Amino acid sequence: MLTADHPRRQIIETIFDALREALRLIVSLDPAVIEVMWRSLQVTLSALALSAAIGIPLGTWLALVRFPGQRLLNALIYTGMGLPPVVVGLVVYLVLSNRGPLGDLGWLFSIKAMVVAQVIIATPLVVGVTMSSVRAVDPALRVQLRALGATPWQATAAALIEARFGVIVGLVAGFGSIISEVGAVMLVGGNIDGRTRVLTTAIVLETRRGNFDVALALGIILLTLSFVANLIMVLGQGKLAES
Amino acid sequence: MAKRRFLVLFLIFTLVSLTASLAACDDDKEEQPAPTPTAEAATPARLILATTTSTEDSGLLEYILPDFEAKYNADVDVIAVGTGQALELGQNGDADVVLVHARAREDAFVADGYGTARYDVMYNDFILVGPAADPAGIRGMTEAAAAFTRIAETGSTFISRGDDSGTHSKEKAIWTAAGITPEGDWYLSAGQGMGEVLTMSEEMGAYTLSDRATYVARQATGLKLEFLVEGDPILFNPYGVIPVNPQKHPNVNAELAQAFADWITSLETQELIASFQVNGQALFTPDSQAWRAAHGGE
Repeated sequence: MLTADHPRRQIIETIFDALREALRLIVSLDPAVIEVMWRSLQVTLSALALSAAIGIPLGTWLALVRFPGQRLLNALIYTGMGLPPVVVGLVVYLVLSNRGPLGDLGWLFSIKAMVVAQVIIATPLVVGVTMSSVRAVDPALRVQLRALGATPWQATAAALIEARFGVIVGLVAGFGSIISEVGAVMLVGGNIDGRTRVLTTAIVLETRRGNFDVALALGIILLTLSFVANLIMVLGQGKLAES
Repeated sequence: MAKRRFLVLFLIFTLVSLTASLAACDDDKEEQPAPTPTAEAATPARLILATTTSTEDSGLLEYILPDFEAKYNADVDVIAVGTGQALELGQNGDADVVLVHARAREDAFVADGYGTARYDVMYNDFILVGPAADPAGIRGMTEAAAAFTRIAETGSTFISRGDDSGTHSKEKAIWTAAGITPEGDWYLSAGQGMGEVLTMSEEMGAYTLSDRATYVARQATGLKLEFLVEGDPILFNPYGVIPVNPQKHPNVNAELAQAFADWITSLETQELIASFQVNGQALFTPDSQAWRAAHGGE
């Protein structure tokens, strides 16, 4: 039996407190939390859009061309899919630092710096997954389409469309890695209150402060946000499958 | 028609996201609020303050900064990191002013020309905390080095910050004073912030060196580690403020940085610092020149 002051019981209470706190923060539309949530979403969607804009065309192209050294490049891309975020953050910091080559942009400790780091983290994911799913499309399809008089662009678009489920998986993976990332955004964003604080860095701060219930509540909000976004994507995917 | 729908969906997604990107970029410009009808509020200037986690985690900055922001129509962006990283940010010109606690390194920072001058701000002290059972039997000892020796001799677990922070520097100085090179299974270097290390120490029943501010703030949120050794002069923990030298980095907001240093050392702000309490305990003791002059120069 767990008595009232049993440590394990206290942990259970912390978890319940956190659930209650999460509910309270959401229901009361706590302005600070809404702001941090909104910023998390902004950074994530911006970075994902840029990653998609770079990654999908690049991945498709790499899947369809053949050139020497391609395997080496593949290995590099697959390595990039597991880039340690803190290292990315450190490199972006050094580049955007006042002393760094792009210091004059004044992007350090801003949303822009965070988006840059996240794009570097997520793009290899999108490229890698797009590449392998486009490759999995039957090569005969393009040959046939070309034979039927499709332009190379049309044939490529058709291959990409055939591979759409894989591409969506890549985007989902990218979304997940960006919204849950903390090391890089902490470094280049600085976790500035009201400016660059996002859900993950707020969780680190509250943990450091010992406010475990608030930290956990923010974690629950983060997961909920992620779940809703994924649900929308999955539903979209279902619609695609039906049609 | 799945294909066309996919393309349409993809295009919509890209458009929506790009709009969000633009909105995000606009966000950076939010520093310029819409002109108010009263027209007296000009664009707030931005000051980047690199400081240690203790000043932010304890809540001190939230308590005192609104006064500065109102007086100087400024936004203070707080980057709370370890002293090592805070000084590095200043050195790279990525911060306008630093507020840290590692005296020797602060002096070196100014001597190397990265800062214009160092001003005393306040102090708190370090305390040795550990499990209630106190396996090394150090409770009530008054000499930090002797307590460290006991911990090493009994092989009781000690967690070091190990992150080149001000607290870590102080810990190393005490080991040196004790004539001990800490190594072995009992000595763990965590490489994390004070808050994380206090949590780890509690979980592992270990000793650690903490600044009083973070410890008291954490006690208020349920930390059970006990306060065992205090009062040794070696545990004195002075904080200094240093504006970053504009000659090294012309981009820094030198004027506002100096205003910040003047403000935080002014008698009025010093009284504000003295009035800051957590759980009924004052965490920082004002110690600027102005304060000492007003209080008999003790």
